[in-house]
Amino acid sequence: MFTDDTIVALATPNGSGAISVIRMSGSNSFSAIDKIFVGKKRISEANTHTIHYGKILDGEKNLIDDVLVSVFRCPNSYTGEDSVEISTHGNPLISKKIIEALTDLNVRLAEPGEFTKRAFLNNKLDLSQAEAVADIISARTDVSLKGARNQLDGILSTKVRELRDMLINASSFVELELDFAEENVEFINQDQLLKKIEIIIFEINTLLTTFSFGKIIKDGINVALVGPPNVGKSSLLNYIVKESRAIVSDIPGTTRDVIREEVSINGILFRLHDTAGIRLSKDELENIGIRRSQQTVIDADVVILIGDVFTGIPLELVEKINGLNANKKIIRVINKIDLESNLKPVADIYISVLNGVGINLLFNKLVQISNGSNVYSEKSAVVTSLRHFDCLKNAKESLLNGILSIKNKISGEFIAVDLRNAANSLSEIIGEVTSDDILNNIFMKFCIGK
Amino acid sequence: MKKFDIIVIGGGHAGIEAACAGANMHCSVALITMDKFAIGRMSCNPAIGGTAKGHLVREIDALGGVMGKIADRTGIQFRMLNKSKGPAVWSPRCQSDRKLYSQEACKLIVSTTNLDIIEANVIEILSENKKVLGIKTSDGEIIFCSALVLSSGTFLNGLMHTGLKSTVGGRFGENAANGITQSLINLGFESSRLKTGTPPRLKKDSINWEKLEEQPGDEFPQPFSFQTEKKQFPFQRQVSCHITYTDENVHKILEKGFSQSPMFTGIIKGVGPRYCPSIEDKIVRFADKKQHQLFLEPEGLDSDQIYLNGFSSSLPAEIQLEALHKIKGLEDVIMIRPGYAVEYDFFPPHQVDLTLETKLIEGLYFAGQINGTSGYEEAAAQGIVAGINAAAKIKHLPELILKRSEAYIGVLIDDLVNKSTDEPYRMFTSRAEHRLLLRQDNADARLMKYGNKYGLIPKDLYQETVRREKLIINGVELFNNIKIHARDINAFLVTKESAEIDSTETISKLCKRPELSLKEIIKINGTENIPLVQELNDDKIALEKIEIELKYEGYINRQQEMVERLERYESAKIPLTLNYSTIKALSAEGREKLNKVKPRSIGQASRISGVTPSDISILLVYLKS
Repeated sequence: MFTDDTIVALATPNGSGAISVIRMSGSNSFSAIDKIFVGKKRISEANTHTIHYGKILDGEKNLIDDVLVSVFRCPNSYTGEDSVEISTHGNPLISKKIIEALTDLNVRLAEPGEFTKRAFLNNKLDLSQAEAVADIISARTDVSLKGARNQLDGILSTKVRELRDMLINASSFVELELDFAEENVEFINQDQLLKKIEIIIFEINTLLTTFSFGKIIKDGINVALVGPPNVGKSSLLNYIVKESRAIVSDIPGTTRDVIREEVSINGILFRLHDTAGIRLSKDELENIGIRRSQQTVIDADVVILIGDVFTGIPLELVEKINGLNANKKIIRVINKIDLESNLKPVADIYISVLNGVGINLLFNKLVQISNGSNVYSEKSAVVTSLRHFDCLKNAKESLLNGILSIKNKISGEFIAVDLRNAANSLSEIIGEVTSDDILNNIFMKFCIGK
Repeated sequence: MKKFDIIVIGGGHAGIEAACAGANMHCSVALITMDKFAIGRMSCNPAIGGTAKGHLVREIDALGGVMGKIADRTGIQFRMLNKSKGPAVWSPRCQSDRKLYSQEACKLIVSTTNLDIIEANVIEILSENKKVLGIKTSDGEIIFCSALVLSSGTFLNGLMHTGLKSTVGGRFGENAANGITQSLINLGFESSRLKTGTPPRLKKDSINWEKLEEQPGDEFPQPFSFQTEKKQFPFQRQVSCHITYTDENVHKILEKGFSQSPMFTGIIKGVGPRYCPSIEDKIVRFADKKQHQLFLEPEGLDSDQIYLNGFSSSLPAEIQLEALHKIKGLEDVIMIRPGYAVEYDFFPPHQVDLTLETKLIEGLYFAGQINGTSGYEEAAAQGIVAGINAAAKIKHLPELILKRSEAYIGVLIDDLVNKSTDEPYRMFTSRAEHRLLLRQDNADARLMKYGNKYGLIPKDLYQETVRREKLIINGVELFNNIKIHARDINAFLVTKESAEIDSTETISKLCKRPELSLKEIIKINGTENIPLVQELNDDKIALEKIEIELKYEGYINRQQEMVERLERYESAKIPLTLNYSTIKALSAEGREKLNKVKPRSIGQASRISGVTPSDISILLVYLKS
């Protein structure tokens, strides 16, 4: 039995389905789940092979999802360690949030095949299972080789390899001073070394920011349509999906639920949510709809704030949305420009759903705003995997430690520890870094040998 | 019929350690050498230790080896390298009196019981059913043994080059050993060629010393050996080295000889060490460098020779001399002997196990340059491991395999076996991923337990080490708990330009401040009067080690955690009989390398070059079948 670190990963395919299962294994599994799970019973007190209903809350005590937690006590689990399996609603966003909440609690993301590794190390696998898992592991490699994102992965590993080479280069300067102090070589000064490391951090940061875009590639963008009643939200949605799913009528407050449609614009998946008009109503049913609308706004990446030439975009609505989430990306749209009005409302885009005017402008704006400042080109590396994101984050953290050590004028062998850790984190994405790499670099660049 | 428990072939640094370890473990040992006066001869520079190599010497000593003791008795300049860095990379080094070193080594061998010296030229390794039987000499004599350590240095089919002239030989003035390589190839071994070089030797009186920069030894020299009496040390008069530089004129003259260089004309086939390139190699590879540093090292107290470190060359002798005359201080120099390169056979080290026993022939061990290493210290480190394991096998004791997290020796052998090598392998501190734990000062704490286990370390010395380790643990614990009040220490902190504290702080925390020393902190507020602290004050070594532990605690703990995380892979064993060819899912290269190396653990398998992480996953899964 290994009593050290605890690992977590999504056990079911990453995508929408009836349920998703997150698996966690290691000695801290129960204490970690208890920190985010609220149910009748604490998991750490539950019997093995029992299932518990409850809620999972994030760090700010916000509800992530209703879940079922299955408890497996050591040694009666797949890995042979204390384990839990969390069944959630089958939305990748939910599982991602739960995994993020757990990784904040000293649980780390599992490496590929690591549960099986542990199962093996703990003597849990028999022949038939072992063979089955071996097939799965090799099959996964094959698939990933031929997979649709092959190109993207290749670009990312090229980029990471480039960063790793820069890091090896910086490390070799540190090692040079340690192993070849007696040689007549010029050592790097502190500022030069800092600069080298800062450039690497800058590059890592750039990669880290692509994760939001990477998520878009993988998970799509949530767009909420918000506006006063009867300005044409549902008509816009209908127009966009060319399908009459939302109920369209002249009576304010007709849309009482959130209607969702998925459309692809320029190859990006947009998930459009039509909301009930946000306003106070005496109608109880409608109020439920309003509350749901608010949640939709909170979850959205982009909000389309829509008004018409008569209402404009009410200021209190803007404030309300900012109150729900201040950093939302907002597109202000005025509909019904085919009608005459004395108002000259200010907006980003002017459209007429009736005539189909301005819709293309809206599409362009959507694509543009969701990319943020990252203009996506097929040649730039994009991080789409949470595991890669984590590796990059760890590498950055090690490098920041290294910078601190350099600034505190701590001797090179300690700085080397941080740089090596950073290199190891990067190598988890692409493969091993050995001390040979560093020595090779030294021999290539410096005249060594007295 | 002559029969010994162990035969050691070669009286170099590996052979000496192997022979002494075997004999001291009560095996009958024969050390076979072509020339008994060449025992312990330093083929290249007259120095022991250096960065990472000094660590190796300390480790050999903690295991009960002899290199450190001989170096202490014959050293004529001692320096602790890297003193401006942290304690993990401090490395001891000494200049040795070449003649004294060899004499002292010879004396030690002669005075060791169970150890015979045989002067002979071995031409064949004998074996039966994949088990070693003995050797055959050029006189036709057969000597039998249970275990054989082959530490033949650069002598296997040795070929020396100066200019376009080549001479058969393993070292200047000495014959090569022919026959052994062929007999091993006949047994199924794979051999290859390596090259190394040595610089010219200069006449001391012909050097204009006053023009040169002096490099003295340390003011307070430290011995290598844990067993050397500090009162007698240093045993020899201490002398200085000197420094000079080449310049563009020197380089121009050397370039004239390139057309007659055995290196550049392709006569030399062996691969040379990149970290110890010849002067001609440096000029070519680093063409933008206008000067190269050279060290003038004394060959001995009463020697008239100077070793020109940094000027290794195989160019024609007359070119070497012409170039030397352009170097500052060497204008009138007399060259006693030109530099030369030597090519020799080695056996790529994936063919040995972590015990250094060959995988093909039971009871046959390889140690030193035959495994592709360079350097006296790397050789000696392998020698003692091979010697201990040969003897342990005969005496049915457990084998000695040091972990990477435990010793540089462990890193050395693990690297050789798993990564093999195609150039001479030299130890560097950067090769050790757990460098912070492998300090030269704690080699005793790390390894003396093994020296004790095999009976190679005096009992009282071992008990002293155990006592000190306990004292250190108790000391650290104590300092973690003693709190100092602000009112007692702030005045002192001000004098040290250290930030004042608010209420109280533990001694451990205060000690972490670079500007404060433990010795000073314990003077405050009567801490010194605590009995344990009094004991520590009497044992400066223990106090120093505690200070290191406290100051670098965070880093040391992080490395320790990493070691523990990796440990599970190290302890997941793989049966040596496993046939990787039957595991279809492995990558082709991974399968081939695993079959070659036959790793003992998952951890070792994961370090083999060419074995991918997915191979490891497949292996883990397969192994349960």
